[in-house]
Amino acid sequence: MNHVAQRLLTFPLILWGVSLIVFFSIRLIPGDAITAMLGTEAGLLTPDQRASLARYFGIDQPVHVQYLNWLGGLLHGDLGVSVTFGKPVLDVILQHFPLTLELAILSMIIALVVGVPLGVLAATRNERLSDLVVRILAMLGQSTPNFVLGLLIVFVLSVYFGTVPAMGVFTPITEDLGTNLLQLIFPAITLGFAFAASVMRISRSAMLDVLGDDYVRTAHSKGVSYWGVIWKHALPNALIPVVTISGVEFGYLLGGAVIVEQIFALPGLGRLVLDAVTHRDYALVQGTVLFIAFNFLLVNLIIDLLYVALDPRIRLGNR
Amino acid sequence: MTSLLSVKDLHVGFGRDARANEVVSGVSFELQAGQTLGIVGESGSGKSVTALSVNRLVDFGGGRITAGKITLERAGGDVLDLTSASRHQLRQMRGRDIGMIFQEPMTSLNPVHTIGRQIEEAFRINRGLHGRDSVDAAREVLERVRIPDAQSRLGYYPHQLSGGMRQRVMIAMALASAPRLLIADEPTTALDVTVQAQIMGLLTELRDETGMAMIFITHDIGLVAGIADQIMVMQNGVVVEQNDTSSVLDNPQHDYTKHLLEAVPHFSSGQSARNDGKRATGVEPVVAVDDLVVRFPTGKSWLHKGGAVHAVDGVDFDLLPGETLAIVGESGSGKSTAARAMLGLVGKTRGRIDRSTGAEHRPIQMVFQDPYASLNPRLNVESLLAEPAIAAGHRKDQTLRERMTFLLEKVELSADALTRFPHQFSGGQRQRLCVARALMLNPEILVLDEAVSALDVSVQARVLDLLVELQQEFGLAYLFISHDMAVVERIAHRVAVMYAGQIVEIGDAASVLANPQHSYTKRLISAVPMVGQRKRHYTLDHTQIPSLVRAAGYEPPAARWREVGADHQVRIEEPA
Amino acid sequence: MHILRALIRHPSGRIGGAIILLLLIAAICGALGLTPHDPIKAFPPDRLKPPSATYWMGTDLLGRDTASRLMLGIGLSFIVAFASVICATIAGTVIGLFAAWWGRPWDGIFMRTMDVLLAFPAILLALLIISIVGPGPMTSIVAIAIVYTPIFARVVRGPALSLKHREFIDAARTFGSSESYILTRHLLLNLIAPLTVQFTLALAWSLLTEAGLSFLGLGTQPPSPSLGLMLSESRNLMQHAPWLMLFPGLTVMIGVLGFNLTGDALRDILDPRTQERGA
Repeated sequence: MNHVAQRLLTFPLILWGVSLIVFFSIRLIPGDAITAMLGTEAGLLTPDQRASLARYFGIDQPVHVQYLNWLGGLLHGDLGVSVTFGKPVLDVILQHFPLTLELAILSMIIALVVGVPLGVLAATRNERLSDLVVRILAMLGQSTPNFVLGLLIVFVLSVYFGTVPAMGVFTPITEDLGTNLLQLIFPAITLGFAFAASVMRISRSAMLDVLGDDYVRTAHSKGVSYWGVIWKHALPNALIPVVTISGVEFGYLLGGAVIVEQIFALPGLGRLVLDAVTHRDYALVQGTVLFIAFNFLLVNLIIDLLYVALDPRIRLGNR
Repeated sequence: MTSLLSVKDLHVGFGRDARANEVVSGVSFELQAGQTLGIVGESGSGKSVTALSVNRLVDFGGGRITAGKITLERAGGDVLDLTSASRHQLRQMRGRDIGMIFQEPMTSLNPVHTIGRQIEEAFRINRGLHGRDSVDAAREVLERVRIPDAQSRLGYYPHQLSGGMRQRVMIAMALASAPRLLIADEPTTALDVTVQAQIMGLLTELRDETGMAMIFITHDIGLVAGIADQIMVMQNGVVVEQNDTSSVLDNPQHDYTKHLLEAVPHFSSGQSARNDGKRATGVEPVVAVDDLVVRFPTGKSWLHKGGAVHAVDGVDFDLLPGETLAIVGESGSGKSTAARAMLGLVGKTRGRIDRSTGAEHRPIQMVFQDPYASLNPRLNVESLLAEPAIAAGHRKDQTLRERMTFLLEKVELSADALTRFPHQFSGGQRQRLCVARALMLNPEILVLDEAVSALDVSVQARVLDLLVELQQEFGLAYLFISHDMAVVERIAHRVAVMYAGQIVEIGDAASVLANPQHSYTKRLISAVPMVGQRKRHYTLDHTQIPSLVRAAGYEPPAARWREVGADHQVRIEEPA
Repeated sequence: MHILRALIRHPSGRIGGAIILLLLIAAICGALGLTPHDPIKAFPPDRLKPPSATYWMGTDLLGRDTASRLMLGIGLSFIVAFASVICATIAGTVIGLFAAWWGRPWDGIFMRTMDVLLAFPAILLALLIISIVGPGPMTSIVAIAIVYTPIFARVVRGPALSLKHREFIDAARTFGSSESYILTRHLLLNLIAPLTVQFTLALAWSLLTEAGLSFLGLGTQPPSPSLGLMLSESRNLMQHAPWLMLFPGLTVMIGVLGFNLTGDALRDILDPRTQERGA
């Protein structure tokens, strides 16, 4: 219980640290905010107009007041207004988030479905040909940058089919499942490949470790069948590190895959941040980055809770 | 009549080239139904591999039987050749015909399943019981291994049980299928001596009750004396002697068996206690410990106010020059914490540790239990030995080098050891290096914390002899912390018995060991295996060590002592 | 020295080491100007030539030789990767070591700060830093160093904590050894093995991150060639000049593979479990 309580307590603390970094790093961006927002048009503003704009965006006040105002807004779910979209930041984020979420889930499904069975198989056939094949596959997966794989997929698709499904307007899952999946499947494979590789590696090494443990020998001595030992005794223990790795990767994917979204022209969170930074849309950068970090921390918290469910030693403490 | 188990010319090897890396070479034995075979040997003797080959578990550890024949008479009367049996036959044999328990009860149970589930699984596989039936069976078998409150324990996870309890669960699991043969691989090595006695008692009782045969593997020849019908002594993968128990023990033929029986410390109730240097009166002690208390606060939370673990709770003793005081006790008794407090490695809550006057130049030094962990693996011997001197402000010069070579010689290591690294030495050599290092600053007192416990039995004897020699040559006083009564008997002038953070009995070694007064000392001493006792009847006793966690502000009642002899005091037991 | 020998004996160490050596030679040649053609100057008559005997890897839209540009680009990428990982190693080691050694409350303060940094995806954190300082190789170095510092802090803290409770540290305390002696001779010396492994693997990631940043136009700026930039420039020409994508892509991949393989081999060699068996 202590473990969970500790996690729950540090969660807001870290989030607060994140908010500090996000807020003040934006203020460090050189140049005048209004000029940055409006570009060359800013030159046409009268000093009065400038001042009233500054007041409108709340940037006429000292920085720490701005921060407190922003923090106060956060507590009410108010992340400010995006200049480029002319909409509340939260609305903009929630508009882009479903794609990122779906992409992350699809990638994780690919990674787990491919990675865990192959990793377990490799561990049980340690030092044999199938093990070697899996290890080479995992090594290639980890070493292929997603932008290289993404570009290759786009290249192959455009050469053989003349078109890339995602190039165009994104179709939400609620509208048309088929088109939606067709648009997302290739980006998901691109992201899932490296993800699957790390899941494969960690499943293999965790499984190898566990197979050398004493209780596995005990299970054999009881006369449990070979796959019974793997399935009932080894796997539940080996899954613990797999959950960690998958959770961390999934948490990062929820932050948007900047590069892959760029390659497949998908309007996800990653693209949103990139555009917000290039357009100096302060409120949007702050809001999105905070949202992403929040998601990451939330996923990590969930992993910690899952951990507790998987491992009774944490759940029940040591006597 | 055929034997239950027959092993003929067994060869087992490991790795890709199993024939070249042979660990067991030509072992043969016969085991009749209901008989117990004890296999005795030190680490690397091949005793465990031999046992694991019998139920072919050795396959899962990368081993391979390269030659030989193992036949087992199964329950139906048919004979199975285990070296050529199919995977399916082997699986049927495991658990059903041969049960097994292992050395480490901590790691031998699956941490993510309840013990109930693990025992039920054994019943399901080997007896075909399901649902309610398997739960009932699991409860019954837990009761048979004398686990109190069996019904609710079924829902416990292994880490919630003590070491002794876990080993009982292992036994329960092995018994689930009523095997004809039980293999016990050092089942009590990781346990305290009183718990060991409980487990031994349980094993003998269950064996007599079920009529199963047993293979009992151990490094402790005294332990098999009490349980085995036959003994097989192994060394370097070869059987050096095998015969019925009394022939082996009373009339050993092979030199190695003789060595195990004679050179190795065996407990003899104080008869072989040291008789050099009886305690003189009027000598100023080199250290006097008065009311030493070490408490660790337990975590506070919203639910309970923090209490404290009373690890050491009011310990007094003194140590005269050139004397060995052994502090004996089991795990959790506070003996190591007391030793660490003397060196300032743990902070004391209160109490005085007074050194003799003029002792500034001769510090207290310590030798730790694990010779593998107490030497930094990345430093060579020269840097290791120089460290205390450098810390004391000396420079690495010729004098220092001479002292290093001198001390290396004293611990029977050659001077060319200086350039080598710890991993190039054996366990015994490393522990001697640790002793040499501890002597660098010419200490007056050496605290030896389980200093020989991690060593093989035959190495123990050499290190103990060396310690006695060094003590006499340098006039060292030893504070010798140990759980092993046989070792203590060899080295101690005086013995202090610790139980639950307190000294319960202290005095002259021969007197305490021969004539224990406190109920705990009696229990401890009667639990020690002895070569002289055959077909030993262990009384089952289930006394558990009391919890050391006390509420905040708790103070133990003041100790009252009773004089037993000239130098022998026992704490009067207060009714609980 | 014996690590190098063990590396050569290890199958994946051999391959990984050979790859790194090859890329290093190419990078040094590129830095010394020993390229087959001028990597920077445009030569429009030879634009978009497919690979041939003259242009081994073809030319780009401005007629510059891909192979020559790659040689220069590898060097730049390697400099950024090495510099950032060295900074991250030093900073992470110091933070992790003191967090473990001082214990409460510093451990919590240091490590929670690291957790804050870890909450940002690498590219995002780099993005923030770049938007403040402006793009360029120096910025990439700083950004990547900050991103990987928490990882090194964690890699150091774990083993340092367990070392702290090892008996040889207790022994050192009983001799009265100074804190600096214990920290350097007992802790740091034993951390070199995990640090070496992590250092090599981090080189692989930072190579990836650098290429990713350049790909987004946030790293090395034109006309300097960099692997990510070349890939990004190839996107619109993919169907006409696939070699522009293929060769830089393969180079990044092989480079990352080289460091990954070497890191894995080092892990095998330096792992105490395998060491014990070998000794």
